[in-house]
Amino acid sequence: MTRPPLLLALQDAAPAVVPADTAWMLVATALVLLMTPALAFFYGGLVRSKNSLNTMMMSFAALGVVGIVWALAAYSLAFSEGNALIGGTANFFLNGIGLEAQGTIPQILFLIYQGTFAIITAALISGAVVERMRFGPYVAFIALWTLLVYAPMAHWVWGGGWLMTRGVLDFAGGTVVHINAGVSALVAALVLGVRKDYGRQAILPHNVPFVLLGAGLLWFGWFGFNGGSALAANELAALAFSNTALAPMATLVVWVFLDYFRTGRATAVGGATAIVVGLVAITPAAGFVSPSAALLLGGIAALPSYFVIVARSRTRLDDSLDVFAGHGIGGITGALLTGVFAEKAWNAAGADGLLAGNPAQLVTQALGVGSAIVYSAVATFALLKVLGFVTALRAAPRTEGMGMDVSQHGEEAYASGEGSILVIHEAGPDSTPAPVLTPQTAAR
Amino acid sequence: MKLIVAIIRPDRLNEVLEALYRAEVTGLTVSRVLGHGGETDRVETYRGTTVKVELQEKVRLEIGVSDPFVNVTISAIVAAAHTGEVGDGKVFVMDVEQVHRIRTGERDEGAVTPAVAV
Ligand SMILES: Nc1ncnc2c1ncn2[C@@H]1O[C@H](COP(=O)(O)OP(=O)(O)OP(=O)(O)O)[C@@H](O)[C@H]1O
Ligand SMILES: [Mg+2]
Repeated sequence: MTRPPLLLALQDAAPAVVPADTAWMLVATALVLLMTPALAFFYGGLVRSKNSLNTMMMSFAALGVVGIVWALAAYSLAFSEGNALIGGTANFFLNGIGLEAQGTIPQILFLIYQGTFAIITAALISGAVVERMRFGPYVAFIALWTLLVYAPMAHWVWGGGWLMTRGVLDFAGGTVVHINAGVSALVAALVLGVRKDYGRQAILPHNVPFVLLGAGLLWFGWFGFNGGSALAANELAALAFSNTALAPMATLVVWVFLDYFRTGRATAVGGATAIVVGLVAITPAAGFVSPSAALLLGGIAALPSYFVIVARSRTRLDDSLDVFAGHGIGGITGALLTGVFAEKAWNAAGADGLLAGNPAQLVTQALGVGSAIVYSAVATFALLKVLGFVTALRAAPRTEGMGMDVSQHGEEAYASGEGSILVIHEAGPDSTPAPVLTPQTAAR
Repeated sequence: MKLIVAIIRPDRLNEVLEALYRAEVTGLTVSRVLGHGGETDRVETYRGTTVKVELQEKVRLEIGVSDPFVNVTISAIVAAAHTGEVGDGKVFVMDVEQVHRIRTGERDEGAVTPAVAV
């Protein structure tokens, strides 16, 4: 029976905590947690300055609300004993979660490690709705989405659900994280509608260095994402880690060439995007394919995402930061290519793919892809429609024009302090406020 | 000749430029400015510090035009910058004594583009 390493670790390993494995998973967990602030920089740089804090807060908000939902309920629905569709309630409210071995690491560490995945997956969706979705409804959306969409999908693929039983290979979350987030993002962009300026005026990234910083930090964190999915400090972790280095290198080079041939320039935003697409594509394959296959997979993965981005920007589909092209298409490409390149010679617990003489694995992978697309699309659509019935999902056009930083958070990313009057709390309502002393005004 | 100075909302700039382009008004200067027009204050909070932001970001357009273009330009700006909410801005019109085009040495009416109404 072929099983992804997650369940393998859950069921087959001796019930003892191994210090070396624990040490690596402590580090890997911190690495994956860092990916969400990294995503905040990646997304934050891509939007206009008047929306940069709001965009970054959409990622940071997931660190709070999704993390709590995960610990209190979603972890149990994903990983505790249940049926083929959903886990049980045995671990609700952290019940029964202690330091006992889950595989070879303490169960609480496994819960937190998986929680960092849930957090970034929800945050990924925000790229499709930036610059227009109200903050309150967004927070409600990601909390409910984690419970209703992420947890069931994680159970299907990793927690003993029906896709796992069918032998779908998803090493670190190509299906659960990237196809899931990418398709939900597409649906969310359709439900929310286009930004008022979309297609009417140039909407440009306000800080490209932030985008590069974010992409670099995402790559760094992704070593924990893929390398950590071995759930141990072993050869499999080394394979997944190395493939996570190799695949994006190839994607980066191919993407830059595509850019160069199409526009005559190698672009920085293109390079940053390529790294993320390569990381997405290798995610499902990282622990199942050879390093040379990883290079090939990364190179191939540049093509579909690149052309979907080019085509998408000419439509009225305002998936603002191309979450679907990057994560949806990148995830689908990676999941299918896993069925092409997988080799038992590199991971005995995995499966052979098409090139190793087992075309059935490609069909199995397609089943995983198809079911993820259908479930994400339907469930996300229903959730957003219900939320939209309760409250307005979008900011009013006036508010959108003013910018989401000032309207949603009462802050500016790049405030000068000029013209700001200090409100003195102790003073009565009628007293005249004193001018605020900022370095600029103080110097005058 | 007149100098038209318009203070508008930054997020209406594109619409205004489009309208001016359609009206064939081509020479203009744009700057980002801070202004106060009696709007309700915006409150911002940074940790314990709460401030009222009295100055709003606005965009100033300066357009030198020949007499036949004065009304065309004003109505293009007013129509495109209007939202109906407080703070839409103002248009000031001033007499201009002289204009010199540096490249050709043309003066006055000859130096404001366009010189003739269509
Ligand atoms: N009298 C003025 N002199 C110079 N600039 C002005 C004057 N009035 C307004 N402005 C400029 O225009 C901007 C927008 O002003 P605003 O539209 O609020 O004018 P208003 O007379 O208060 O009209 P409204 O009732 O629509 O608010 C101000 O921020 C300021 O930059
Ligand atoms: Mg006013």
